[in-house]
Amino acid sequence: VTRVPKFSISRWVFAALVVAGAYAAYARVAGGLGGATNLNDGFPWGIWIGFDVLCGVGLATGGFTVATMAYVFNLRPYEPVVRPAVLTAFLGYLLEILAVLFDLGRPDRFWHALVMWNPRSPMFEVGWCVALSTIVLFLQFLPPVLERFGLDRSLRLARAVLVPLVVAGAVLSALHQWTLGSLYLIAPHKTHPLWYSLQLPLLFYVSAVCAGLAMTVFESCHSRKAFGIPLEVPLLARISRLLSAGLLVYAVIRIADLWHRGAWRLIRPSRPEAALFLAEMSLLLVPAALLLGPRWRRDPRWLHASSVMVILGFVAHRLNVSITAMQPMLSLRYVPKWTEVAVTLASVALGIAAFGFLVKRLPFYRHAGDLPTAR
Amino acid sequence: MSIAILYDGTICAGCRICEEACAKRRELPYDARIAREERLSAHKLTTIVTRNGACSRKLCMHCGDPACASACPVSALRKTALGPVVYQESRCIGCRYCMVACPYQVPAYEWDQRLPRMVKCDMCHDRLADGETTECARYCPSGATVSGDRQALIREAERRIAANPDRYFPRIYGLKDAGGGAVLMLSSVALEKLGFQAEVPQEPLPQRTWKALSSVPDLAALGSAFLGGVWWITRRRAAVAAEGESESAGGKGGGVQ
Repeated sequence: VTRVPKFSISRWVFAALVVAGAYAAYARVAGGLGGATNLNDGFPWGIWIGFDVLCGVGLATGGFTVATMAYVFNLRPYEPVVRPAVLTAFLGYLLEILAVLFDLGRPDRFWHALVMWNPRSPMFEVGWCVALSTIVLFLQFLPPVLERFGLDRSLRLARAVLVPLVVAGAVLSALHQWTLGSLYLIAPHKTHPLWYSLQLPLLFYVSAVCAGLAMTVFESCHSRKAFGIPLEVPLLARISRLLSAGLLVYAVIRIADLWHRGAWRLIRPSRPEAALFLAEMSLLLVPAALLLGPRWRRDPRWLHASSVMVILGFVAHRLNVSITAMQPMLSLRYVPKWTEVAVTLASVALGIAAFGFLVKRLPFYRHAGDLPTAR
Repeated sequence: MSIAILYDGTICAGCRICEEACAKRRELPYDARIAREERLSAHKLTTIVTRNGACSRKLCMHCGDPACASACPVSALRKTALGPVVYQESRCIGCRYCMVACPYQVPAYEWDQRLPRMVKCDMCHDRLADGETTECARYCPSGATVSGDRQALIREAERRIAANPDRYFPRIYGLKDAGGGAVLMLSSVALEKLGFQAEVPQEPLPQRTWKALSSVPDLAALGSAFLGGVWWITRRRAAVAAEGESESAGGKGGGVQ
């Protein structure tokens, strides 16, 4: 506790982001959505949905995936990254809920989504997935807290239900990604054919699994610098191998779908959409190909670089689906207002700060593990 | 019986009395400046669009299987048996997914309100229930907008096109677009040329999301069963391995117990 905390971003940047975010939050409350955003009748959803919600929960998927590998597939080498990945996921979901409260026109009625049913609506299912996943993640997040405060009986209870929770979390996160992808199926007339696809639910799921794994690698690399956690290169290499396989599955679905629909013909050098598409795809394909090589996978710098590329490629895909794919199809334009960006950046900064705060005080790294290795 | 509105752009003189009647009914401001805004917004629920000397009209198309109603997570939007798609404000959480879903970009939002609502034409559903016409049809001086029995209006539209093939673009807009709805439109030229959305899918849009959503229960069941199965196998394997280990470790004295 006496150690001077080292943040991966310097503290004054953090303070500036939080102040800007607080002002933007005030603008949202005082001036309504019109005062704080550039949203309009043609672009009812902006970066709070496109980035905070779609990308936030996608990057959180790593917590579900590595917990499943460690405790369901019984691959115990994954265990050291489970607790931090679950913490990332839990914080990611909390920040998503915060973003939704900013974005809803009537945040005071958010609970309607759970009470007033419409089973035909993907949004209804998204609401339930968010609520249930957050509860599951909260319970999975508890063991380090209970351990820290010496609540042994509660800890034993939490461990007894760990595997069912991990299974429930994995299924819920899959459904969450599936339904988030389904949201955009309703808008074929507004979404550019390079991104509109009936495979969006599946693509959202597979890409989220990849992004979650990349996020786990990324976070491990940064935790080493920030908190002095030793880097487990063999484990990260193993995760990256899985990541590479996931990316190849994604690429096959994505390319086969474009081919099948004939949409690949729209990839013409003169079009800005084509450039965005190619950038998005290369950010995912280059690491997929290179991570196949064992030599690349042993290099910590490359592990880090490839995780950054995958995260950027993933974010590019979701922003393209939710914002840029609609730009050429509509007469109206949308460029986020600075207050929108401020809320997004402040929530990312708060997430990183909360992660750092908790990791330094609770046993998320360097612990004995939550389940006995073999019985 | 289901009610429809028939708008005939070849008769419309562009007087905008329908706009004013609509604004009055919804207690919205209306003046010369608003009259010139030829787009739908939270204070303009219908508009005449004049382009290249031709008139067309925009309003909620009151789809038969509305994308907005299927999209709404809290069932604030509902298709009534009579025809109108109505909005129950007290349920709305302001997620604006209806605006994403609408193939005609009709729903507007009160962006500047602190307690905002979605706003769109409600086809004067209370008047229709009393057997009256919509306000826009009631005040239209030329008969370009009429409301009444949908089947009768479809026949009337077909009759007009057949009687004057030179005058009409041979298509009833709204009859099959997005699965068909309660607003039918005739025009002298293709509506795409008058600034309308070029490609509206011909099938009801909710089918697209439903295809993906209907597999959710199966996915949940299969996923849980698969992961449960994997867990059972890996646990069994670990138990067997542990047994083997303890047997070989304690095997000095004797094997059979």
